[in-house]
Amino acid sequence: MLVTHSRTGRPDVSASAATARAGRKTPGRVTALLFASLVAALVSGCGDQAWNNPHPSSESGQNIIYSAFSERPKHLDPARSYSSDEARFIDNIYEPPLEYHYLKRPYELVPSTLTQMPVIEYSNREGQPVAEDSPDVAYSTYHFELRPGIRYQPHPAFAKDADGQFIYRFNSADDAAAYTRFSDFTASGSRELTAADYVYQVKRLADPALLSPVRGLLSQYIDGMAEFSEAVTAARETLEPGEWLDLRPMDFRGLTVTDEHHFSIRLKGKYPQFKYWLAYHFFAPMPWEADQFYHQPGLAERNIVLDWYPVGTGPFMMTRNNPNEVIILERNPNYHPDFYPSEGDAGDKEAGLLADAGKPLPLLDKAVYRLEKEAIPLWTKFLQGYYDRSGISGDSFDQAVKISGDGIHLTDEMAEKGIRLEKAVVLGTYYFGVNMLDPVIGNTGTAEERAKKRKLRQALAIAYDAQENISIFYNGRGEVAMGPIPPGIFGYQSGKEGMNPYVFNWVDGEPQRKPIEEAKRLLAEAGYPQGRDAETGEPLVLNLDTTGGGSSAALNWMIKQFKKLNIQLNVRGTDYNRFKEKMGTGNAQLFQWGWLADYPDAENFMFLLYGPNGQVASGGSGVNSTNYNNAEYNRLFEKMQLMEDSPERMAIIRQMLAIVQRDTPWISAWHPLSYVLNNHWVRNTKPHGISKAVLKYIAVDPEDRQQAQHNWNQPVLWPLILVAVIILLLSVPGVRAYRQRQQRRIHTMTKAQE
Amino acid sequence: MLAYIIRRLIYAIPILIGVNLLTFALFFMVNTPDQMARVQLGDKHVSQEAIDEWKDQRGYNKPLFINTRDNSEGLLTDTIFFDKSLRLFVFEFGKSDEGRMIGSDISERMWPSLALALPTFIIGITVNIVFALFIVMFRASVFDTAAMVFCVALMSVSGVFYIFFGQYFFAKLWHLVPISGYLSGADAIRFLILPVIIGVISGIGGGTRLYRTLFLEEASKDYVRTARAKGVSESAVLFRHILPNGMIPILTSVVVVIPSLFMGSLLMESFFGIPGLGSYTLNAIQAQDFAIVRSMVFLGSVLYIIGLILTDISYTLVDPRVRLS
Amino acid sequence: MSEMMIKPVVLWSDVLIFLLVLAMAGFFWTLRKQPLTAKRWLSVFRTHTGIASFIVILFYLSIAVMDSLHYRQALEKVGDSDQVHYDQEVRSVLDWLLKDLNAHNETTYSEPMSLYSFSKINMQDDNGQVYRDYPRLKEAGSHIEAEEHKTADVLQRTLAAVLTGLLISALLIVPHYWLYGRHRQAIPWMTGYATLTALIVLSSWVLMLGQVYHVFGTDKVGGDTMYQSIKAVRTGVLIGTLATLLTMPLAIVLGISAGYFKGWVDDVVQYIYTTLNSIPGILLIAASVLLIDVYIETHPEDFNLVAVRADFKFLALCFILGMTSWTGLCRLLRAETLKVSQLDYVQAAHTFGVSHARTVFRHILPNVMHIVLISLVLDFSGFVLAEAVLSYIGVGVDPSMNSWGNMINEARAELSRGDVVWWPVTSAFVMMFILVLAANLFSDRVRDAFDPRFH
Repeated sequence: MLVTHSRTGRPDVSASAATARAGRKTPGRVTALLFASLVAALVSGCGDQAWNNPHPSSESGQNIIYSAFSERPKHLDPARSYSSDEARFIDNIYEPPLEYHYLKRPYELVPSTLTQMPVIEYSNREGQPVAEDSPDVAYSTYHFELRPGIRYQPHPAFAKDADGQFIYRFNSADDAAAYTRFSDFTASGSRELTAADYVYQVKRLADPALLSPVRGLLSQYIDGMAEFSEAVTAARETLEPGEWLDLRPMDFRGLTVTDEHHFSIRLKGKYPQFKYWLAYHFFAPMPWEADQFYHQPGLAERNIVLDWYPVGTGPFMMTRNNPNEVIILERNPNYHPDFYPSEGDAGDKEAGLLADAGKPLPLLDKAVYRLEKEAIPLWTKFLQGYYDRSGISGDSFDQAVKISGDGIHLTDEMAEKGIRLEKAVVLGTYYFGVNMLDPVIGNTGTAEERAKKRKLRQALAIAYDAQENISIFYNGRGEVAMGPIPPGIFGYQSGKEGMNPYVFNWVDGEPQRKPIEEAKRLLAEAGYPQGRDAETGEPLVLNLDTTGGGSSAALNWMIKQFKKLNIQLNVRGTDYNRFKEKMGTGNAQLFQWGWLADYPDAENFMFLLYGPNGQVASGGSGVNSTNYNNAEYNRLFEKMQLMEDSPERMAIIRQMLAIVQRDTPWISAWHPLSYVLNNHWVRNTKPHGISKAVLKYIAVDPEDRQQAQHNWNQPVLWPLILVAVIILLLSVPGVRAYRQRQQRRIHTMTKAQE
Repeated sequence: MLAYIIRRLIYAIPILIGVNLLTFALFFMVNTPDQMARVQLGDKHVSQEAIDEWKDQRGYNKPLFINTRDNSEGLLTDTIFFDKSLRLFVFEFGKSDEGRMIGSDISERMWPSLALALPTFIIGITVNIVFALFIVMFRASVFDTAAMVFCVALMSVSGVFYIFFGQYFFAKLWHLVPISGYLSGADAIRFLILPVIIGVISGIGGGTRLYRTLFLEEASKDYVRTARAKGVSESAVLFRHILPNGMIPILTSVVVVIPSLFMGSLLMESFFGIPGLGSYTLNAIQAQDFAIVRSMVFLGSVLYIIGLILTDISYTLVDPRVRLS
Repeated sequence: MSEMMIKPVVLWSDVLIFLLVLAMAGFFWTLRKQPLTAKRWLSVFRTHTGIASFIVILFYLSIAVMDSLHYRQALEKVGDSDQVHYDQEVRSVLDWLLKDLNAHNETTYSEPMSLYSFSKINMQDDNGQVYRDYPRLKEAGSHIEAEEHKTADVLQRTLAAVLTGLLISALLIVPHYWLYGRHRQAIPWMTGYATLTALIVLSSWVLMLGQVYHVFGTDKVGGDTMYQSIKAVRTGVLIGTLATLLTMPLAIVLGISAGYFKGWVDDVVQYIYTTLNSIPGILLIAASVLLIDVYIETHPEDFNLVAVRADFKFLALCFILGMTSWTGLCRLLRAETLKVSQLDYVQAAHTFGVSHARTVFRHILPNVMHIVLISLVLDFSGFVLAEAVLSYIGVGVDPSMNSWGNMINEARAELSRGDVVWWPVTSAFVMMFILVLAANLFSDRVRDAFDPRFH
């Protein structure tokens, strides 16, 4: 039976065998029937698809890419979303004025919907133009020119009838009652992108009711934003909750719309990092029609909101959004002409990344994202060919890659499948921080006490072996950090110059962690010889606050690190809420935290230690979780912040890093590395550390994929047949015993019962 | 009958109020609205202003029980308790802390839950009854003892292990079914086969044992003895007397869980990625979305009470001697 | 450092487990006065499964008891102060017994009895070339030189362990046999002896091989898996018993007053348990566990030790688990009280003007107590299994506490590896399965003996 290779043949054989036997009147009949119907269901449910295909049979062979998401996105409104899990969807739907070049490194900004990069004009307090380096610069104005002819995706908000009236505008919730789902809006329309849409979106960012996470930050820079926020709040007073407030007529000092295709944004002072924000979805255009459409009565009750159904000009549009199951992006039929780049970095051509040069984008018809909460199924489905790309988790690492003298390679198993390995850049830093306001270990007390506590932190920094942590828990996918700035960003320095001299010695051309004796000496100098208070003999106990329990393995490892110095680490597990509260009030002692770049600039990392950004100083909203506050560092930061990348800037950054290394507000830190695996039918993948708007460049070969899925997923049938055989074999003595029982009547029964 | 049902429904009200008070106290003492806001607003750049705005939008800025600022009709109604708790009675679940409408989520996620729970329930009962009958047929033999030990062994395995093994062998090694996921419509079948089988197998131990006991009890009754003494064949006794009469306690004992099938299975749904109410609840617990948990608690209580009423009704249907009064 | 310098630490759960052991001993003592109940209990032990499963449960219980004798070791004296300070770490007698298993930590995973690590690491050969291979374990088997000596070493140690185990068993069994075993043939002592011997031989094997090997491998950070699954016994046993025990007073008070006073008291009690019953258990547990976290957070001064905090959380979890099931016990007690209070002598006591309190304590309580014990036995296995699921959901015991649930939870990631790390989950499974199976078999016998439906 097992010889045949016809896929439809095999289940038929076993099914008929089972049904044939089931025809006999046996007590096992029901079981056999169940079994037979199971097999029948399998066969009928699958057609000539592999049995374990998790995608609909109808989709096979189409130009679709399959990915997964593990957390349902919370916000898809470009004014609200601030997480990379959401950005991977909306950044392919919304188009901010600028985008990153897909292939070039270091990261380069290029116009997206603009004809050219924005022109910056500097002016003084009176509005007179001044030179860029003039000390009188009070405002910088960014001028934008849009490419004509860019159109929005088809969307019901634009749908008009023959008279030019909007079709879907309702006066009351009752009018809208017929539309229970988004797909009930069958008509759609479109219109051209205008400069006013960009301005509308900036106004939305200023709207306090929208809770944009960057409103506070941008208000410091965009002229008139704070006043506009107040005006909006005042205007809302008269409205019903949920009613649409038309932001168009309201005046915003820093924003000017010149005509259909020109607008400008005026900033207070200079803010060189602003250009990076212009590539962020916060600055994507928002048509007022959409805002009005979604604010109609009754729609919010059915989850039909802008935060859930995006409307953009980008290469893709969201056609299905069921966060419980699947999110689907499809090609936007109105997408403006856009072509695959024809130049890249050295080596890109050899890697085949320019093979599609000049082709119209997007290259895919559809992108399907399925909900996968668990790591096991995700990895299994990737290996079965049902997902096209996958990251490598710690647990699948050794199955996927091996490291040898000349670098990192795929294992034979992966290589055989034709899988391609890619090293992705993660612009981020994870750190083990100290609350600098803490009386035991922070920067508090007299100068002498502060010096002692600094030594204590330095001792801990030596004892905490970050390299071992990376190697156990992340399979070596990371680099021990010497400062906040990760590799790939200006200001990062490798080699001896970049080494933290308080923790490492330079030995044989590489940094080597100082011996633990050095840490013990520092600890003794700090007033805790052998981990005991020099005066009272009391053991030193430090508290680590963690969230979500954490795995006990990781906690045990951490306790071991402190034990090296005879310091006892007390791990206080707590939930996220209370952890945030503790951080905000400065009651934590030790904690773990991380930061992923918003944009590729040193400022975005150095501000993690800038005093005024302190959690306590800013009432819980700051990014400086350690509450580190060093006057010299702050002064240098303020200077560095306004500079373009240059040797002078580098010199200042190095001064700042030296201060941080000495003060050790972070006991340890590391920069994550990540690897991506691509199945062989996926093309044009080049990891980008910042941009998520990369879906349009990626291509797949559907036939190739179908063939591979077929080959990799041959069902193994012998277990089913074995079960059937066992049931049949068991039923033989069963039948015999049953017949015997039938013969025996009351007298034997009663005997048996006794 | 109708009068009885109405009376039972009225009795249910104080119970539901009790449930509500209890959960309300639990949830609002655990998590102040400020803390909820922080979780929902995320990591970067959160100001107190944003928190207040969030509370304002969700209606968490009101007093808990009594609104002293409002001296007329709003005294009791313009409060968190009224908004978040009492509205549940008309099944107005409101918005989750994330801002989605809970009601529409529930009505959407109910179906996958049912698609998993209903077959598991029906096949499970059928298989258990068949096995139990089978064992009763061979009662007091080696087979009986062996089957009982086997049942106890099955019961002693944590449900998590059945899932581990099922997924590893059926999906990963043998490529027979998708390892997890869900598609609506006919495609759903291939996703449901494995969880249904696992659900049935993990229930066999307890179920078979219970039903065997019920059948044995029936078998020891006088009328069965009489029938046997008259020379009725063993299979006739089994199928004509023991089975129908033994079914009565079985059916009346399972009626209570039928409404609760809607709630889905926390464990199965989350392991198999089935977007039902079970995984909805679990995600809400993990994300500390109390609005959802509160709604699910309420819904669970309502369904349980409906189950109790159905049980009472089913007694009258199968046994005319029982009168509802 | 003086070994004698210890400071006993008594956790609340320790108190409760000793109370439980005492209560059980006391209960069996009072059985002497109640021949009818005693006869039923005796019938439980008359079966082979009854005696065997009872001994297995006792064995687990004694591990739990040993793990409940906690202490803190004194630290060496430093500086001029004479004050003695104690280690933050709370150890137990079981830790002391298993110190060989716990002391030899590796860096990361290693297979059972292996000499090599399970994960490759980057290593440098003599020429400075980086390569990736399985490193030799730091501790396990460091006394033997190469892999080929292992089998002989293991066999030798196994033999020694089995002999030791047999010797200890003989020392325990022979006197018993002379005193009881020969005479009281009603109880199948031979089965009991066999079970006991098997358990003792097994433990001696684990202890003796555990000195130099990792019998069940090591976990992610190189901790001994066997040690962890043995440490988890206490959690399992306690959660199984304390859940019933902690809510018992509530069930007894409410159940008996409902059955005894009837009328509106009965109505109120019924209302309370219907309300609680109608809340889905898992949600009630999740909400309450979060509540406990808040309490701990807001009272940090009361929970300065990790163990104390974990213990409090654990007890709270037991209590909450009990809350989801006490209604069953309460209902049984109510029914039984209704029945007992109809008895002639209770009615008579009532007519003679004996006070309610006296009637309840003298007549009702002694007559319904066996129900508590039975429900303790019947619910036990369910709670042990529930712990695993709760840990999965994230509302289980503290991660710093060893438990089978925590081990299974970690196993999810381990099973998705290419080379499956099967041993932590297997050891948790085996340890848990044996306990739950024994408990189920024992409760079957108890049910047989007490539930008239099963006669």
